[in-house]
Amino acid sequence: MKRTTVDLWVGLFVVGGLIALLVLALKVGNASTVTAGQGYKLTAEFSNIGGLKPRAPVKSAGVVVGRVESIRFDNKKFLAQVTLLIDKTYEFPKDSNASILTSGLLGEQYIGLDGGGDDAVLKDGDRITLTQSALVLEQMIGRFLTGKAAEGPTAGKDQ
Amino acid sequence: MIDALRHIGARTVDGVWKLGCATRFTGTILARSGMCLRRPQLVLDQIYFTGVLSLVIIIVSGLFVGLVLGLQGYETLKRYGSAEALGTLVALSLVRELGPVVSALLFASRAGSAITARIGIMKSTEQLSAMEMMAVDPHSRVLAPVFWGGVLSMPLLAAIFSAFGVFGGYLIGVVIIGVDSGAFWSQMQANVDLWSDVMNGVIKSAVFGVAVTLIALFEGYDAPPTAEGVSYAVTRTVVTSALAILALDFVLTSFMFTGV
Repeated sequence: MKRTTVDLWVGLFVVGGLIALLVLALKVGNASTVTAGQGYKLTAEFSNIGGLKPRAPVKSAGVVVGRVESIRFDNKKFLAQVTLLIDKTYEFPKDSNASILTSGLLGEQYIGLDGGGDDAVLKDGDRITLTQSALVLEQMIGRFLTGKAAEGPTAGKDQ
Repeated sequence: MIDALRHIGARTVDGVWKLGCATRFTGTILARSGMCLRRPQLVLDQIYFTGVLSLVIIIVSGLFVGLVLGLQGYETLKRYGSAEALGTLVALSLVRELGPVVSALLFASRAGSAITARIGIMKSTEQLSAMEMMAVDPHSRVLAPVFWGGVLSMPLLAAIFSAFGVFGGYLIGVVIIGVDSGAFWSQMQANVDLWSDVMNGVIKSAVFGVAVTLIALFEGYDAPPTAEGVSYAVTRTVVTSALAILALDFVLTSFMFTGV
């Protein structure tokens, strides 16, 4: 096949475009972190997930160990059922505790996993039984106010 | 009054008529694309013409868009004490929106107008008719390679635009202003998803490539065979492409990025 300089330029253009795509995928995107098929799934039930979204990170001791795969509503128990995809290199004891936390004051919400002391580890499809829901600001303020109202008069009598 | 109504009606019927012709034209080009596989050299020449020759303007614009995003984003984010989110801001705006849209607008004015002018002049100087006389099908010999060249070039151009834009944002944010380099990249990687962001950007730019190249080809092919007709056709290509890109962008965005 006859080679022309046009071919060289087209080749360079295609290589450049593919390199740009690769940079976007690896350097800018998160293709290098946990991807589907390289982990195991756990489920956890929460009475309130707050602003948790699919693909939110799952962190243990601050290190990202997985991602939230899906969130659905269980219409029988009236609880949110969250599926977590955990990197297969990490193992957690059966009595681990999952809680929904917020990074920073206004940051995104993530799931914090605290390891327990059990010898048996969580396997694919297992359910995390110990969970702690997201803190909702209105509920906290409400609880604080009712607590104050309840203790207010008695505190006054004691003095 | 009646005249005005008649004018509106005529314009509407004309528009629908033209849309029908454009659809038939698209079908014809797709049906006669077989020659592009047998003679890939034809498509390569078109990629050179529409893609390689657009590289300079794409790279320079991408770099400057990234630089401006870096500056403006930093000034805004600084007020909320989250300058580290600059990487996320620059990368997401480029990969999702600015990369595909701005590079498609540039592509329409740089390559689309040239395609229209070329096809229009080929038609007005009866080169297309001459080909038909020689039993060479102008659809498969001239139009289909231009179409595929444009469609293949556009996603690559958009990716190059986004990559240089991110580099521009890095230059301003990290090298000049001094945002922490680790935070810049890690926040970006934590928030940009390969499939829902990068791949959707590529799909967007491919759709824009199809739209711009088809509009350019059809306007050229449909142009009245006079100097004035070709000049109007070139103007219409740029205007219609820009409108089509922005409208398609809205539709695609509402499909892709709602509820994420």
